[in-house]
Amino acid sequence: MDMFVALADPTRRNILELLATSGELPATAIYQNFPISPPAVSQHLKVLREARLVEMEKRAQQHVYRLNPETLSEFEAWVKHMQQRWEERFAALDIVLEREKKKGDA
Amino acid sequence: MSAHTTTVFAEPGKQEIHITREFDAPRELVFKVCLDPKLLPEWWGPRYLSTEVDKMDVRPGGQWRFINRDAEGNTYAFHGVYHEICAPERVIDTFEFEGLPEAGHVTLETMKLEELPGGRTKMTVQSVFQSIADRDATLQSGMESGITDTYNRLEELLEKFKITQ
Repeated sequence: MDMFVALADPTRRNILELLATSGELPATAIYQNFPISPPAVSQHLKVLREARLVEMEKRAQQHVYRLNPETLSEFEAWVKHMQQRWEERFAALDIVLEREKKKGDA
Repeated sequence: MSAHTTTVFAEPGKQEIHITREFDAPRELVFKVCLDPKLLPEWWGPRYLSTEVDKMDVRPGGQWRFINRDAEGNTYAFHGVYHEICAPERVIDTFEFEGLPEAGHVTLETMKLEELPGGRTKMTVQSVFQSIADRDATLQSGMESGITDTYNRLEELLEKFKITQ
């Protein structure tokens, strides 16, 4: 499962936000935060797990979830790279515009 | 957010990217400079590559083709067709990178320029890919490896991706 596909759903993004603020949570605590049924939330958790966006650990009777920092940093790198590419182009355009503006004023 | 910040919106699950940026120059000038073949090599390509304008026929139906070249002489070419030139506010064109393993992965680009007070201009570029997979593959292919600084910045990331509930 691709991380971009996993991120396309608002409930799954809400789960990630919840885990980002809580650190780690047992599945039962995650269920309580959503109006949809526990099996539906569980299905979303499965998608997030397959996309490696979250990690699950079995502890006694509980399934404890947390974010997977590795995949999230891939996601961050993806945004940063895009931003850098355009920023570089626009910074060069700034210089040309400044020069052309002065030509026009002269 | 500083006025010169380049904002990239790439909402998960969609096949487009939005880029916005403000410039300290009037709209007519930004438009003119962006479509000037003599000036384009100065800003269009990455810093470490030279840019050569092979074709730049700025009119509806006109073709453009730009070539980036590195120090070793390797070239990366891009081409497309201008669909609409509406001075000084809008340009619509197609865009294709010739270096992909298969041809036909074309994006539709719309550049819009809005006047801002004080002789400033806001540029918005919308790039629509043929599929979500195309968009994500294109962006991922250029991704630098080894960026592993901050992990717990999800909220900030989601903000960048302009996710609204």
